[in-house]
Amino acid sequence: MKRVTAWGFCLLFMGSACLAADETGDERYQALLYELRCLVCQNQSLADSDAELAGDLRKRVRDLIDQGMTDKQIIEHLQARYGDFILYRPPFAWRTVALWIGPFVLLALTAWLLLRRIRRRHARASGGLSDAERERLAKALKRGDD
Amino acid sequence: MIPELGHFALVLACVLAALQAFLPGLGTQRGNPTWMRSASSLALGQGVLVLLAYLALTWAFIEHDFSVRYVVNNSNTELPLAYRISGVWGGHEGSLLLWSLVLSAWTVAVVALSRRLPMLFRARVLAVLGFVSLGFLAFMLATSNPFDRLIPPAMQGRDLNPLLQDPGLVIHPPMLYMGYVGFAVAFAFAIAALWGGHLHAAWARWTRPWVTAAWMFLTLGIGLGSWWAYHELGWGGWWFWDPVENASFMPWLVGTALIHSLAVTEKRNTFKRWTVLLALLAFSLSLLGTFLVRSGVLVSVHAFANDPARGVYILGFLAVVVGGGLTLYATRAHHIESPGHFELLSRETLLLFNNVFLLIATFAILLGTLYPLIVDVLGLPSMSVGPPYFNLVFLPLMLPLLFLAAIGPISRWKKTRARELLRRLQVPLILALALGTAVPWAVFGSTSALVLAGTMLGVWCISGTLTALWRQFSRMRRGTSAGYSLRRLPRHMIGMTCAHAGLGVIALGIAFTTAFSVERELVMNEGDRVAFAEHEFVFHGVREVDGPNYQAQQGHLSVYREGELIAELRPEKRTYLVQSSPMTEAAIHSTVWRDIYAALGTGQPGGGWGVRLYVKPFIQWLWGGALLMAFGGLLALSDRRYRYRRGRVRA
Repeated sequence: MKRVTAWGFCLLFMGSACLAADETGDERYQALLYELRCLVCQNQSLADSDAELAGDLRKRVRDLIDQGMTDKQIIEHLQARYGDFILYRPPFAWRTVALWIGPFVLLALTAWLLLRRIRRRHARASGGLSDAERERLAKALKRGDD
Repeated sequence: MIPELGHFALVLACVLAALQAFLPGLGTQRGNPTWMRSASSLALGQGVLVLLAYLALTWAFIEHDFSVRYVVNNSNTELPLAYRISGVWGGHEGSLLLWSLVLSAWTVAVVALSRRLPMLFRARVLAVLGFVSLGFLAFMLATSNPFDRLIPPAMQGRDLNPLLQDPGLVIHPPMLYMGYVGFAVAFAFAIAALWGGHLHAAWARWTRPWVTAAWMFLTLGIGLGSWWAYHELGWGGWWFWDPVENASFMPWLVGTALIHSLAVTEKRNTFKRWTVLLALLAFSLSLLGTFLVRSGVLVSVHAFANDPARGVYILGFLAVVVGGGLTLYATRAHHIESPGHFELLSRETLLLFNNVFLLIATFAILLGTLYPLIVDVLGLPSMSVGPPYFNLVFLPLMLPLLFLAAIGPISRWKKTRARELLRRLQVPLILALALGTAVPWAVFGSTSALVLAGTMLGVWCISGTLTALWRQFSRMRRGTSAGYSLRRLPRHMIGMTCAHAGLGVIALGIAFTTAFSVERELVMNEGDRVAFAEHEFVFHGVREVDGPNYQAQQGHLSVYREGELIAELRPEKRTYLVQSSPMTEAAIHSTVWRDIYAALGTGQPGGGWGVRLYVKPFIQWLWGGALLMAFGGLLALSDRRYRYRRGRVRA
């Protein structure tokens, strides 16, 4: 089994060695378009919209990249102008706290409750006593022996 | 005349639904067997009447009866026959009629296939189905009558939404509704059990095939919907996390959880309360989806507030059905005992965690879908929740699920040992690690964390479940011929393997297509060549083409690979004559390994055409995987034990 694991790790490192891919302006442009919402469509990103405004905004994003702005600056620029509505990735703020951490808090809570319950049920089933109770019983029996 | 007959049939169906909702139920309370038995005839009668109404509307579409408002809004004399037939469900009123028709079909199936269920239980199931049907028929008659006349009649119709004029539309909604509405049967079975106050061991066995069937249809429906969006929207996307998609995906996730928890309930007689709750939840989410899509609340909260009649009705109905179901659950569920015991590491626990991940994922999608609505209602500045959010939250929940999908089938009930699991899964583990790193590297020359995880888990999931099947096969093979034991392998086991393998195939498809798709948006003149992603594209210009009810500009591209012509693509830009909206009709050349996708943009002022080209590796694996999953459902349904045991219940 150890050998398997060793081999696995070897391959894993070989794999992650080829992770280095430099993002050109084109890739940033494409990625950004999927993060931004077309303001006049039903529910489409800038990358998927035929609307005229979407075309204008695409040009704008292209210009901002060419001006040397970072992704973060571009997003902030557009957010200041058009509001949160244009961002498909809601910013982390007090009114989005529930949205961002809700599912993971619930997951942690559920997992904890379930594991605790299974353990208890199992303990009850195997003799009906918890470890602490078994210890007390052992003590009581010992006392009885004396 | 015929629309009036349709309307009349609908009214009669509504009356029968009301009787079906109350008479058998009263019968079970008073011990009146005649009233209880009336449920079957009422359900059959209702089925025939809804079918008549449906046929009447179809006839109005085929015959261009422009005195019917709904036909005017969704058809046109130039509309081809196939789209006139499928146009029946192209709008709000007609999709409700399809909803009712599908519910009637499921109800009739219950009448036909569950003759051997105890009379009391059966009467209650049919009463619940009657109540749901009553809700929808009354809704249609009160707010959305598809047979409303238009006086004076129109000379011409406004045509079907061009987006819906696609072969995908002909099959996608009926499949989706078969799935959606099919969970009503599981819901009715759960209510009937709670109503009776106890849930005996056979309940899970009775419910299972119905859930599997609904799930199978929903899988097909969602797959077809994604395929349709890929073809029809013209941007190469296959899943948009659109609220309408989410509305169908949430019941699917809960339905998947239900299938797994039903397995535990049937085999181990435990998780009973949880399973019943899931059965209630799956259908509740179907109804919620219907509300979201049908009330207009998604388009904008304000549109909903302007014409609230429909939305308020569905919301009220939702409250009655879901609230009623949950109240009944709250008062009765504690009578249900789940005696089974299991250890921390056991198949039960693994399946429990499958349920946890599926439900948390459902919760995340629900949260993301409703959050903008809630923010709007509270009067805060509007916000969007889009694909970046869903991908970020949903994917981390799916990865552990894929991991569990290979372990679950090979683990033991009650108690399983980690060392034993590791030994049995040695081969899949090596395969996953080796292929997971080697394939992305060798084939695509680069990898990212997503591809690495996707490939490993995809291979892990496929090889892991196959290992479980192989173990079963070799156990049975002792002393018999291979062919014989192959035939004797339980169908549900092969079905499960197919479904899990399908999931793995989808994971591979998503990982590769997301990471390695290449797209180019450019202006091309006649004779221009462009080469990328190992393909060369030659543009031959654009010509005018006339369709039955549209005019199109059709581009022509030749695609070469290593100097060899592999495809001629003819993407179109269509203008439908009546609604005069431009539609993109992508041209796609599909192989197992990659799709070449071309969409035509607009003509440029200085000559030349905007063209979008995509090379999308492995994208067909998404729908291949979905088909494999649905096929798994079909295999599980054909398992002989359902037929055999159904025969025994009477005794």
